[in-house]
Amino acid sequence: MSVVTLLYECQGIFSALILSVTGILVLLLDAFSPLGRKGRLGAVAVTGTLLALALLRMDSAGSTYFQGMVVWDRFSVFLSGVLLLGSVLVIFLSLDQLRRTGLECGEYYALVLFATTGMILMVQAAHFIVLFLGLEIFSLAIYILVGLARHEKRANEAAVKYVLLGGFASGFLLYGLTFIYGATGSLSMNAIAAHLGKGETVFNPYLLLGSALVLVGFAFKLALVPFHLWTPDVYEGAPTPVTAYMAVGVKAAVFGALVRTFWVALPAVHAHWTLFFWALAAMTMTVGNLMALAQDSIKRMLAFSSVAHAGYLFMAVVADSQDALTALLVYLLAYTVMNVGAFGVLVTVQNRQESGERLEDVRGLGRRSPFLAACMALFLFSLAGIPPTAGFVGKFMVFSAAVQSGYTGLVIVAVINSVIAAYYYLRVVITIYKPGDESSEVFSEPMTATLSAGEKGALLGAGALTALVGVWPHAFWNLARQAVHVLF
Amino acid sequence: MESVSFPLLSTLVFLPLLGVLVLLVVDRDNEPVQRWTALTVMGGCFGLALIVYAGFDATNVAYQFEEKIPWMPGLGMTYHLGVDGISLLLVMLTAFLGPLCVLACWSDIRYRLKEFLICLLLLQTGMLGVFVSLDLVLFYIFWEVMLIPMALLILIWGHPARRIYAAVKFFLYTMAGSVFMLVGILVLYFHHARTTGVASFDLVTLSGLNLPFSLQLWLFLAFGVAFAIKVPMFPFHTWLPDAHTEAPTVGSVVLAAVLLKMGTYGFLRFNLPLFPEASVFFMPVMVALALVGIIYGAFMCLVQEDLKRLIAFSSVSHLGFVILGLFSFTLQGMQGGVLQMINHGLSTGALFLLVGMLYERRHTRLIADFGGLSTPAPALTTFFMIATLASIGLPGLNGFVGEFLILLGTFRAKPVWAVLGATGVILAAWYMLWMFQRVFFGAVTHDENKRLRDLVPREIGVLVPVVGMIVWIGVAPTTFLEKSEPAVSHVLQKVRERVPTAEERPSAWMTACAAWEHIKGK
Repeated sequence: MSVVTLLYECQGIFSALILSVTGILVLLLDAFSPLGRKGRLGAVAVTGTLLALALLRMDSAGSTYFQGMVVWDRFSVFLSGVLLLGSVLVIFLSLDQLRRTGLECGEYYALVLFATTGMILMVQAAHFIVLFLGLEIFSLAIYILVGLARHEKRANEAAVKYVLLGGFASGFLLYGLTFIYGATGSLSMNAIAAHLGKGETVFNPYLLLGSALVLVGFAFKLALVPFHLWTPDVYEGAPTPVTAYMAVGVKAAVFGALVRTFWVALPAVHAHWTLFFWALAAMTMTVGNLMALAQDSIKRMLAFSSVAHAGYLFMAVVADSQDALTALLVYLLAYTVMNVGAFGVLVTVQNRQESGERLEDVRGLGRRSPFLAACMALFLFSLAGIPPTAGFVGKFMVFSAAVQSGYTGLVIVAVINSVIAAYYYLRVVITIYKPGDESSEVFSEPMTATLSAGEKGALLGAGALTALVGVWPHAFWNLARQAVHVLF
Repeated sequence: MESVSFPLLSTLVFLPLLGVLVLLVVDRDNEPVQRWTALTVMGGCFGLALIVYAGFDATNVAYQFEEKIPWMPGLGMTYHLGVDGISLLLVMLTAFLGPLCVLACWSDIRYRLKEFLICLLLLQTGMLGVFVSLDLVLFYIFWEVMLIPMALLILIWGHPARRIYAAVKFFLYTMAGSVFMLVGILVLYFHHARTTGVASFDLVTLSGLNLPFSLQLWLFLAFGVAFAIKVPMFPFHTWLPDAHTEAPTVGSVVLAAVLLKMGTYGFLRFNLPLFPEASVFFMPVMVALALVGIIYGAFMCLVQEDLKRLIAFSSVSHLGFVILGLFSFTLQGMQGGVLQMINHGLSTGALFLLVGMLYERRHTRLIADFGGLSTPAPALTTFFMIATLASIGLPGLNGFVGEFLILLGTFRAKPVWAVLGATGVILAAWYMLWMFQRVFFGAVTHDENKRLRDLVPREIGVLVPVVGMIVWIGVAPTTFLEKSEPAVSHVLQKVRERVPTAEERPSAWMTACAAWEHIKGK
């Protein structure tokens, strides 16, 4: 391959390249920046990410690069946009948090950038090897990020758990891929689809076993019930910005890959798994919500609620239609902004308090910081799916697509779950606005003044998008619709 | 109907939001400006509502002042507003009470006034939006949106003892009902899209549907549960006494006067015209629940010791009358039902305002703590008496007209129901007059009550318009009935098109069986 061709091909992974180059730059600059001034590295990371975001092109109808290994189409562009947005917000939230917890180091930003690189590769993958590569790149980065607070027992435990179970997940996925390779003779998505033919359902035990194992691998990463057992501990142990990043970034990337796997490469086995998908979705949201109901720690509650949201998202996969996938993308966007926002408020509260994770810690936040309280209320109402917020739009679209495909039963399970979820979200809002015991109030002075610019920016950005998607869903629906178009 | 060039209804609905924006920038300590802003905005809303009322063509059955803008064309969602006679009256009620609510809480709210007024304005937008939406998704959004400010009102400014419990109960009950409505909306939408090829959430478009009976049954239940909880019909009423009792005065007023009407409005706007056969099929159940609500609510009133709780339970009873009227499927009954929605809003609203004023003076709502108040507070007693008499349906006041029409219509449908319903009127006279006697007559038993301050001019200013309306409706109900008549008879027509009329009907059950046979025959 000549240098010219290579350069031409590189435009297919342009975003990933910008991110990884910025990551390496951050690592290099790290050597020259004194302790306590590492925040500047964060600025470099944000610049890189914003650059990648700004250079996303929506014009392409889908071109493949590197001999069909990666594909750059509207679908990848949309998800890359969501991923980049998520990582910008997370970096903004991390700046202050890292300094305060003494975890500040250049690697942190580099790892976030590398993780995003992996995620983008994953949604771009048109070949299962690239998919696996992307998965491992972002997994490795996140394993480290989870265990960043290495003096903390909780973080160690979380990291070990995540590495072990993540390893299992990768193993399952890889094992599944070997079966698929054996059954079809290729790992390229298009080649597999061509081999199996479109239209009719194929019954091939090896292929079915292979796709089942791949699905298990994805389910681990997405924390679908019953593969979710690692979630609460890992989410709780990780530094809160990392938790936010895991909750949204990993979901967007893996859902993107899952959609490509089951729509582009393996539509022929899709019908075999419908019932299984149905059960996964129903179990995931029910178990997630019921467990969230019992939590006293907001962080754990949000962890379980993210399990439940994976269930709602998975409904779109069950519904299996163009509208459903469009809904999935809009929901992913909505979920990213509102969840990062909710975790973000938690981060800022944590920055000013010893722990800031328990329900008690946000008591009286409404008086201490009306801004933070209003943000939290907005994000929680959005997570609960109350209009006119992004969460409502996402849920509405997913439910609508599921009803359209005839899964009204599943939608009824989902709406009952929504009511359960409303309770625990509401409980946090209530605690926020509940007057605290004046005498025992440690932080009675207003906190608004002490919010750092990064935190304020992240919360305002996430809040604005949560409201915007809610009030003006049309624009986002159109973008998602075009993105999904390339898959059909 | 022609589209009006000036978006009058949108302005009406979103004017309170503008007020919210203004309030956000007003300085926290500058309470007079906050109050006046809210009052001006609410007054402006009422002014706009009056313009709508004046421009409304009572002879026209179609929706008027329509606004239709594509909102999500891909999904068939439109921003579609419009009023007919039924929604017009409810919009008027909402807009009429808005400024009075602000006046009523003038000195009542001691902390976080700004947030309180913001909640009140948001609530106003939500309620007005519900009554003028002609797109199902838009309706659902407004329906859900007003949940949050109402829950916050109870939560933050409610009575300290049990406000959290009450707020959560209110929120969860309503939300549990409305998510089923959401599923119903989606099913209706896709049925329409499949049968006609047109994707639309538009009420006008959807009402052209001829739904199969089995689907109607499910949809009636899906929508009905949301509305029945909001009404609240027995046995979904348990959130109401808690929410009412714990809410601040203005919250109770809004809750009783307007929010509950959203449930009965929903039945009239969606269930009856969209699912007429199912409505007839469920009529016996609905009537039975309404009658149980009337009598059970009344008996619960008899044992209440707390004034607010008593009025709350009386709402269960009164709203039972509304449902009874709507499901009598006679023009008189349904017209009475619509009028009674307004009446209940006015008289119960007035009662809650008065109890709030009493509470402000004495910090108690227990009947036992009062007695002989007519001596120290004659003005308060007079207003309370008018509201009480309106509530029990004294001829010449509004309650009489509504209840009379309802019972008349019900009697035409089935005399036994009317007889059972009429016991509610008797019971109402019993518990209300008894309560009135214990609170206002006799000797002053508590020393604190001897120096009870009578009403101040501001409070009288709040009460006079309400009492004026009470008398107006009582004396000249036609002014209002003629506005709603075309719309109501249109709904009735839709029900009768499919099923035998009330006069020909041997019994409700036989009609239901006939409807069932009719479907099976298909």
